[in-house]
Amino acid sequence: MGFSLFTPVSWSDTGFILEGILNTIYISVVAIVVGSILGLIVGFFRAESGKIGNMIMGSFLDVLRSVPLIIQLILFTTFMGVMGSPLNPFVAGSIVLSLYTMAFMAEVFRGGFESVHKSMRTAARSLGMTYWQTVFYIRTPIGLRAVLPSWIGVALSVIKDSALVSVIGYMELLRTSEQLISRSQQPLEILIGVGIFYFIISYPLSLYGKRLERKMVL
Amino acid sequence: MIQIKGVHKSFGDLEVLKGIDLDVKKGEAVSIIGGSGSGKSTLLYCINAIENIQKGKILVDDIDVHAKKTNKDKLRQKLGMVFQQWNSFPHLTVLENAALAPQVVLKQSKEEAMEIAKKELIHVGLGDKFDMYPTRMSGGQQQRLAIARALAMKPEYMLFDEVTSALDPELVGEVLDTLRLLRDDGMTMITVTHEIAFAREVSDKVAFFHKGIIEEMGTPDEVIGNPKKERTQQFLSKVLH
Repeated sequence: MGFSLFTPVSWSDTGFILEGILNTIYISVVAIVVGSILGLIVGFFRAESGKIGNMIMGSFLDVLRSVPLIIQLILFTTFMGVMGSPLNPFVAGSIVLSLYTMAFMAEVFRGGFESVHKSMRTAARSLGMTYWQTVFYIRTPIGLRAVLPSWIGVALSVIKDSALVSVIGYMELLRTSEQLISRSQQPLEILIGVGIFYFIISYPLSLYGKRLERKMVL
Repeated sequence: MIQIKGVHKSFGDLEVLKGIDLDVKKGEAVSIIGGSGSGKSTLLYCINAIENIQKGKILVDDIDVHAKKTNKDKLRQKLGMVFQQWNSFPHLTVLENAALAPQVVLKQSKEEAMEIAKKELIHVGLGDKFDMYPTRMSGGQQQRLAIARALAMKPEYMLFDEVTSALDPELVGEVLDTLRLLRDDGMTMITVTHEIAFAREVSDKVAFFHKGIIEEMGTPDEVIGNPKKERTQQFLSKVLH
């Protein structure tokens, strides 16, 4: 019987892999939900603000969008550590990924709010609706429908970007598989499996997005 | 009663209304005709407090429309308005379109609002379209929906701003028929229109606007049938060919 340092991947690893999958889904959902809610609010104020307000919000969002996510993750975690209040990887990852998502969602929703023509608002106001009633009952539902395909696009990229949270030690799918690789030395099989998983989650969503887009153009 | 007293309105340096005086009594139908840029649509926007004014006063049932303390949302409940563009709410069905404002603004129950909305929709001839989405309907049908939507708020006055101008010619008739219907119901209406024959037929009073003033005003037979002012004659000869 030969002796090996490495143990190949087996069924007994299922629980470990599943945990990685769940953690990926978990942090993605948190980032998409929080990022969408914040993005909706910021997007609304961007659509409503004048030049100066938009310049301030815009430059903050530009920074979030332009600095690579991996750098933001490392910087934020390091910063919190240096400040003497280190965060666990899930919390730190959720905060950074949510803000990153917000930066993109804000632009999506801003476009949605701006797509509702002023005459539509005037028509609603002429029925006696207040400014906020018009926002809730007319502008938000119409605007959201218009940007649903773009929203799906951003959500998809967030699921994929969540793999980067592995660099600060969060045990999501990629980090789980990295550990399996170093134990089993079977990088090809494992990474193909992980790739397939991301594809299975993403592809139906992107198909759905494309279908919606076609439906709206028609 | 709507009283318009010496109203001046400017957009920046451009003075669009240069002292308009006009009274509209309860039950009266007033039509405003005139070339584009004469300020006729702007006047409707001012009556509905969508636009502010620089000078003068507009009173709706003795409420000063542009006074600071006036609740403009409340005021607009009295004034139904239909625009050149029908602006159907695309995310709601025809019935929901008409029932939304009564629920949200008047706080009616859903059943109550639906009941009133159905009645108004049947009235304008959309009784078979309740569950349809408005984007699937013709412009004429959507414009009738916009009228029913305004009527569901039980307004005391209706303002019509060139409601047939954006329609294909073959759809104009059905919308004008709906306006005739309202006229027969005794609705008080101010109608800005290019449909001169229609204005002559349904109005108690016609006002011809030219460059921000009322050039000539009187009964339809006076203003359209036998205009005294040269500008009125010129305008009518152009539009009536």
